[in-house]
Amino acid sequence: MIEAKPHSRLIAHFLLVLGLIVVVFPIYYVFVASTHPLETILKPPLPLLPGPEYINNYREALFGGIGRIGGVGVGTLLLNTTIMALGIAIGKIIISIMSAYAIVFFRFPLRLVFFWIIFITLMLPIEVRILPTYKVMVDLNLIDTYAGLIVPLIASATATLLFRQFFMTVPNELIEAARIDGAGPWRFFKDILLPLSTTNIAALFVILFIYGWTQYLWPLLVTNSNSMNTIVIALRKMISFADADTQWHLVMVTCVLAILPPVLVVILMQRWFVKGLVESEK
Amino acid sequence: MNRAIFPHKLLPYLLLAPQLAITLVFFYWPAGQALKQSLLREDPFGLKTQFVGLANFKRVLADPAYLNSIKVTAVFSVATAFISMAIALLLAVQAEKIIRGKTLYRTLMIWPYAVAPAIAGMLWLFMFNPSFGTLAYPLRQMGIHWDPLLNGPQAMTMIVMAASWKQISYNFLFFVAGLQAIPKTLIEAAAIDGARGFRRFRTIVFPLLAPTSFFLLVINTVYALFDTFGIIHAVTGGGPGKATETLVYKVYNDGFVNLILGDSAAQSVILMVIVIALTALQFRYIEKRVHYG
Repeated sequence: MIEAKPHSRLIAHFLLVLGLIVVVFPIYYVFVASTHPLETILKPPLPLLPGPEYINNYREALFGGIGRIGGVGVGTLLLNTTIMALGIAIGKIIISIMSAYAIVFFRFPLRLVFFWIIFITLMLPIEVRILPTYKVMVDLNLIDTYAGLIVPLIASATATLLFRQFFMTVPNELIEAARIDGAGPWRFFKDILLPLSTTNIAALFVILFIYGWTQYLWPLLVTNSNSMNTIVIALRKMISFADADTQWHLVMVTCVLAILPPVLVVILMQRWFVKGLVESEK
Repeated sequence: MNRAIFPHKLLPYLLLAPQLAITLVFFYWPAGQALKQSLLREDPFGLKTQFVGLANFKRVLADPAYLNSIKVTAVFSVATAFISMAIALLLAVQAEKIIRGKTLYRTLMIWPYAVAPAIAGMLWLFMFNPSFGTLAYPLRQMGIHWDPLLNGPQAMTMIVMAASWKQISYNFLFFVAGLQAIPKTLIEAAAIDGARGFRRFRTIVFPLLAPTSFFLLVINTVYALFDTFGIIHAVTGGGPGKATETLVYKVYNDGFVNLILGDSAAQSVILMVIVIALTALQFRYIEKRVHYG
């Protein structure tokens, strides 16, 4: 093992700290802004340390302030976004684990055709079929519904491919043993495959939760009513840089609330997340 | 490999049904419609429809606004991919050198991954907005006429900064994983042969990182093409003028705001071709890894 010389390690730390400042500063700065009164925010430069209005701003924003600017309370926005993110994450995991299970552990006519049908959806992101998909949503009366926010996004090939790849590494002996012991497909799935997949499921959950939480184009299209907005869309509607009346201190609190949940998920589940990300994309 | 399987006739179809149903209703049907639309000319009210062959494509590809958005997309994607990968690689190499604090650095480094692109855009616009942005203030003090909301190149700079910032986390994690996969013996051998730090990086580490870099290049291009819609919509709205109108933004704008359905559909189909090419590239890379990795 070659160890870096002390001075080169020092330079490494220096560069990393510099990089961290670039990476973390914008997020930190929003937090700082959310603790200052409106007048301080509008008079640059904004101080680098949190201000005195911490409690006031958050209380005002949480109890009516955000509702006043955006038309909908922050509780509704967070609830909508949480439902969408959880719905997408859980829905995707369930339907992809099912289809991967069928494709790997059963033999049936048209198996490969189905596999390709799923696989090709990789090449059809929402942007390339945007208008017709919107029409389908209108025809099915899915505009401004949770189902409309969630269902079209839960079918995608990546999760299915990931589970398929993992299932193929499960040794044959395991299945044979299970069958000899009289286990049917459900028993095998529940007692053997699912416990083996927990790490993959956890990793995928983090990635998909972030994916759902940060969606933009789709909720923009399928929600007209403010009360169905996700917090990201609502935030976009609140901000106007040309408008002097924007209540920046409250907008900043909303921003912090929109960033916090996914950041917490990533940090708390970091171990699975990093492993899942790096391995699933290989 | 001969897989041990369950003998069932109906069950596999039931298991596949939900995914297939969603895929057909929300992917294949609309994609087919987009293909069909791209060959038709329809007025915005949907009263008259006429088959026009490839006329929509011809018009789109001859449209200066479309050619402009191709150029904008190219500049934006190349700049975003290059900046975020360069910074991530620099930081990942440093993270390999240090002994203490690795986990702490990584924990902080992955934050932007969890931030929605639109919010990333808003954060940067908040810091750099011309009227009270804290970081716009020193720019003005230096005599730079800073106004990204009115100046095209400055608007582009803003969205590139926001888009690259968000992608650093992702690239960093992959470069760290790529660096860890390089056999230490190779680096030691080079050191014994007398290669110093930078030389070792240039002749051993960097070439061995090529697969990771190539993979990230594809991923970052896809990201810049598609996932950055939120940044552009939230920060510049394609403006000023059409200075930041990317291909995806234009599809949205022509279809939903200007209601030019045939053109929008033709643009969708062109995007489809781009995605297919990128996916094919990505899978070629995976094949390689399987054989030589």
